[in-house]
Amino acid sequence: MIKRMLPFILLTAALLDTAAGPAWAGPVVDPVIIETLAGEDSDAKIEAINRLVRDMPDQALPVLTAMAGDALYIAEGRLVTVDGDTVKDAVTGEILNPAPENPGTITVNNRVRSKIAECLSALNLFSKDRDARMKSATDLSENATAESLPMIEKALSAEKDSVIAVKLNVARSKMLLVSNDPAIRRKAAEDLTEDPTQSTRQLLAGLLLKNGDDFMEPDKDVRAAAAESVRSIDRQLALGDKLGQIFTGLSLGSLLLLTAMGLAITYGVMGVINMAHGEFLMIGAYAAFAVQTVFRSRFPEYQDAYLLAALPAGFLAAALTGMVLERTVIRFLYGRPLETLLATWGLSLILIQAVRTLFGAQNVEVANPAWMSGGVTVLPNLVLPWNRIVIIGFSIAVLAVMWAILNLTRLGLFVRAVTQNRAMSGCVGVPTGRVDTLAFGLGAGIAGLGGVALSQVSNVGPDMGQSYIIDSFMVVVLGGVGQLAGAVWAALGLGVLSKFLEGWAGAVIAKIIVLVFVIVFIQKRPQGMFALKGRTVESGS
Amino acid sequence: MTHIESVLTAREANEEDEIRSVSATQTNGHGGTIRTATGIYAALVFLLIPLAHLVIPADHGLHVSDYLVTLLGKILCYAAVAVALDLVWGYTGILSLGHGVFFALGGYAFGMYLMRGIGLDGSYHSHLPDFMVFLDWKELPWYWLGTDHILWAAFLVVAVPGILALVFGYFAFRSRIKGVYFSIITQAMTVAFMLLFFRNETGFGGNNGFTDFKRILGFSITAPGTRIVLFALSAALLLGTLYLARRLTVSKFGRILTAIRDAESRLMFIGYNPLYFKLFIWTLSAVICAVAGALYVPQVGIINPGEMSPSNSIEMVVWVAVGGRGTLIGPVIGAFLVNLAKSWFTVSFPEYWLFFLGAVFVIVTLFLPHGVVGLWKKMKTMTKGGAS
Repeated sequence: MIKRMLPFILLTAALLDTAAGPAWAGPVVDPVIIETLAGEDSDAKIEAINRLVRDMPDQALPVLTAMAGDALYIAEGRLVTVDGDTVKDAVTGEILNPAPENPGTITVNNRVRSKIAECLSALNLFSKDRDARMKSATDLSENATAESLPMIEKALSAEKDSVIAVKLNVARSKMLLVSNDPAIRRKAAEDLTEDPTQSTRQLLAGLLLKNGDDFMEPDKDVRAAAAESVRSIDRQLALGDKLGQIFTGLSLGSLLLLTAMGLAITYGVMGVINMAHGEFLMIGAYAAFAVQTVFRSRFPEYQDAYLLAALPAGFLAAALTGMVLERTVIRFLYGRPLETLLATWGLSLILIQAVRTLFGAQNVEVANPAWMSGGVTVLPNLVLPWNRIVIIGFSIAVLAVMWAILNLTRLGLFVRAVTQNRAMSGCVGVPTGRVDTLAFGLGAGIAGLGGVALSQVSNVGPDMGQSYIIDSFMVVVLGGVGQLAGAVWAALGLGVLSKFLEGWAGAVIAKIIVLVFVIVFIQKRPQGMFALKGRTVESGS
Repeated sequence: MTHIESVLTAREANEEDEIRSVSATQTNGHGGTIRTATGIYAALVFLLIPLAHLVIPADHGLHVSDYLVTLLGKILCYAAVAVALDLVWGYTGILSLGHGVFFALGGYAFGMYLMRGIGLDGSYHSHLPDFMVFLDWKELPWYWLGTDHILWAAFLVVAVPGILALVFGYFAFRSRIKGVYFSIITQAMTVAFMLLFFRNETGFGGNNGFTDFKRILGFSITAPGTRIVLFALSAALLLGTLYLARRLTVSKFGRILTAIRDAESRLMFIGYNPLYFKLFIWTLSAVICAVAGALYVPQVGIINPGEMSPSNSIEMVVWVAVGGRGTLIGPVIGAFLVNLAKSWFTVSFPEYWLFFLGAVFVIVTLFLPHGVVGLWKKMKTMTKGGAS
């Protein structure tokens, strides 16, 4: 019997082989699902996707990935992906040869698309790659629907990584908030404190609202738990805000520090208030722009390294300009501080106009290198941008170098000597003239470095120096002159203070309060926080 | 006193002698010259220019155009500011980088009256100024009350900047902030005020400020007659300021001011308290600036927070520096020279104006510490020396 049937079976098999051969090689997608996917009804499609994920999770991943990329088609009763001329079976990945004619498209609208994204996230929860799991857990904790719940619970029981587990639990708790069992709802409301974001806060606060006479959440205990969670989230959010303000304050302070350090030195050594100091910032920033332009055209492959080359360029450009100005103009105004103020203001006007003529009046674009973009997420509502972190670190480094120059080198010794007593220093052989030039160059150069740093966080234009100069004068007034310590404390203090006030009263009022604060402060300490000790009679300029 | 300070003081003393000799020749009175100069000035501003503007027809060669009258009126206001600034800087040694605030506050105070004077003729035909309608304000803020009366507005012109100067000066001088520290603080003050007035919520029109004025005491603000009256008032202000400044500087009070400039510590050792002398001259100077600002606004037809920018205040200082500080005629000459140059440059070579202004700052401080007047005196003594 079998023998007689064998040829027939073989024949059938051969027929089948040519007809639908490769489909035998792997599992087959239910034709109903295929048909539904090809149909027009979005609800049915979503239902089909849910079934696909539930029944055959392993096969669903490649199919949904293709569908999300609009690369899924139907040909000869099966799902295929089309990439140029190559047509592959969506489930097995086998290349179909010859390629089927006219594959039918599968339309994906936005609702279906978000469903696919959710399912993909859920499927990726079982990925071997930690980052992929992390990303899916994050996505799901932000937006997931009840259908993903079984997947999430399964993943949660298998997840070893505690951070991902917390995220999954948040996603799960958000869904369980609508559970029928009050105990589960309460547990969910309590667990949601682990996700201190605005959206979760809103979700929880929504439970406490009244709809007509009834609360949205009928159970009293659940409401209490939700209210407690809202309070806890508020505390965590406020903490994030505070830390964020301190951080931006520190980064503003470190920029002020880079500006004020140079001012403090030149004022300390020469008694010169340099109104053109802000323009050295601008020169540094434009040096960064110039270096960037050179790197873009000459060494595009090292583009991200331009910043490292910009640092010495900014320093040298500003320091050379500074030394030239000191030799040609400022030198002749020693002992006349008020006139120096006017002359340096004139110099700043000339520098601004010169840059305008050279580079144009518009702001120029200085890009962050790739390694400085993005940030570190410390709290859900606190992201510290890399460029600001780098600037804080950079100004600490510059401060350290300055400290070393002033305290460990011969030049530093001379600078300190001239600051304390110019005439005596001259008598014991300190070349005061050269020290003046070098100190001025150093101060200008540091401002140039500050300009390079500034180019990473703000606009670069001819007027940019003017907006920082008054703040940095305030730092000098507050901190006292000729002292690094004073400049450091005053810069950081003013930076943090003004950022806090900004959060509380707005930028303009904050500026005014800071100014009033400085005026009141110097009522008490006219020499600044860190006055040089010694018998200095005012020289009554 | 350490060695360095004695060196410095000696160096300063030299300079001060120069300044003193300059101001001495100034004040020693060429009574006749001054009287003649005043007469020529009065004839020019109160008779000739008004006649040339109002009577001589527009196509005649001697006609003084609207533009010129406005420009001159503007510069007359600036000159009064320069003299006021010279009182504190040239005579008392206090360099203010914030006089623009007093000027602008005076302008704003009078501008409030002018805004109210627009009445229902604004674009929104409301009794509120246009910018308030735009901000959807329903009624005037309290500090606008009474500003429709010119006398109250005139009182505000004097009182607001005066009180600001008094309070600011009291705290600054009491803690003996001086020299560059004082200059920087005044500059910070201008910036603070500028930022404040840039805000819409402050109630002074935000960054557009006040403009589109229609009438003053019922007279159209663009009428030639109104223009000439404002011009003559500005001229009278300058004359009055010069008269007051001269009376002050030749008096014993003026001597004390110069002493504060030259040796404040020594003055204190003798038994004077410089605080009230400084405070008086500082407040007086601020009030003169404010009145000048109040006359300036109806002539140029606009006031906005840009007037309070630090660069404006420093430009005022350069008028004094160019003319020659420590003299009375110097600031007037300086104001005219710099502003005429500015009008010419900004029309003909706008991109070179900042180069020019910057160079003026540097050249004057390096080579002409006593300004044009000092240069003239030097040349006069040189030619005299050559002749004898």
